[in-house]
Parts: sequence; structure tokens; C-alpha cells
Amino acid sequence: MAKKKLKVRASAKKGYAVIKAILFHPMETGLRKSKETGEVIPAKYIKEVSIKHNDEQVMMINMGIAVSKNPYLSVEVKDAVKGDTISIGWLDNEGDEASTDVKIR
Amino acid sequence: MNSQRRSFMRNTFTGSLVAVSVASGLLTPSRVLAAWPKAAFDSTSVKDAMMGLLGTEKFEENAAISLRTPDIAENGTVVPVTVKTKLPNVETISVFALENARPLAISADLSAKSRAVLATRIKLGKTSKVVAVVKAGGKLFGATKTVKVTLGGCGG
Repeated sequence: MAKKKLKVRASAKKGYAVIKAILFHPMETGLRKSKETGEVIPAKYIKEVSIKHNDEQVMMINMGIAVSKNPYLSVEVKDAVKGDTISIGWLDNEGDEASTDVKIR
Repeated sequence: MNSQRRSFMRNTFTGSLVAVSVASGLLTPSRVLAAWPKAAFDSTSVKDAMMGLLGTEKFEENAAISLRTPDIAENGTVVPVTVKTKLPNVETISVFALENARPLAISADLSAKSRAVLATRIKLGKTSKVVAVVKAGGKLFGATKTVKVTLGGCGG
């Protein structure tokens, strides 16, 4: 089975929802050198994260190489209530991607 | 092993994969709000990064922007950063780490439906000022904090 690529939890508050996500990704900068071979490790990092609430795009997050490995994100969406769907998807510099849908709890 | 051939194979493969997924509309993040600002993320100076992303390097220090970071980060690879503001009409929130090789860390484009809160974790190469810039109602506001790093996070 493929390794899980992201973990999302959305919880309803008064009038808004808090979304917390961990995206599993190496976030390789392309500036590091391998300790064994001395070769530069090629960059691999997430560039874009989109967050949708009931199929409506509410946020687009652009990332650079300075974001930590396995990026953690916490954002808040207005007018979201329990039972709504939150979709989060990421895309990296090599075209790899992953997305998931969760229900707000 | 011929490493050139291997990277060639990998590049052609991922290249075609992107083409296919774009063509079929499968690419997850839709380009509704903005494309990834390559010039800004690739630039090595703070000035270029700010110019590339926001069109100016001037912003107004404003107490309405709360930037929460640790004062001392033991490990520069994982530095929690939280940006919050009560300002209305927030369009973007960006975080710059001034001493990093690539200063622009993250930039979020918000729609009217998202609250102006962004929390994440960033890498810091060394002790550095961290600047949060918020674009609200067409104007730029910022907050700055210095984070002391005892162990760097950008390799090398």
C-alpha cells in the first residue's frame, strides 16, 4: 500500500472551521549534498497547496524550499459548519500530487 | 551506472506525467487564484523575493499583525510560525526568512472566505529575522521577529 501522503483534520468552531493538515513530503531543498557521495540531492518540494470548502476554492498556498519537511499547515475557513467537506491537495515541483477530502467534525 | 541517462529518464517520465495530468484536468490545485510565483521563490535576495511576489519591498510595520515564533529555536529545521491579523480584506499572507538562501518561505492567497490565520513550520539556516507580510485592501503591513537558531536547518 502506498504511504499516506497527507493527514487532515477539520473541526467546526463558532462560525468557522479550523483545518489542520500534515503533508508527508521530504521537502528537499536542492542545496544539500549527500553525505556518502557528495552529490547534490535534487530538489523536491511542494509548490502549491489548494484548500477547498464544498468544492469552492478558499485558499491557495504557495510554498518554497524553506518550509519544513512534512509541512504542517493550520488555517481557518469562514462559514463552514459540521458535515461540510474540506478538500486539500498538493502538487510538488516534479508533478507528484496527492489530495484528500474530509468532513468537518 | 550512467547517472545522466537515469536523470534523463526520470525527467522525461515526470515531464510527460505532468503534461498528461494537465491535459486531462487532473492537476489538483486549480489555478483559480494565482500560479506559483517562480521568480519570487527562486530569488536569493530578500528584495528580489518581495519585489517578485508583492511588487514592492516597502511595507508598514503594524501592530495589528501578530507573528508568533519561538525566540530561540533549538532546531532550525522545524521552526513553528503563526501569522494572524484582524485587519479586514486580507489578500495574501507571506513569510520571509531574511537570512535563508531563498528568503521566501511561504505565501498564501486568501479568498474572502478564509480567515487571516496561517500557521506552519519553516526551516531557518541560521539566526535570522522572520518577517510576515500581509496584504490587506491593497496595502502591505508587516511584522518582524528575530529567531535565534542554535542548529541550522538548511543543510551544508
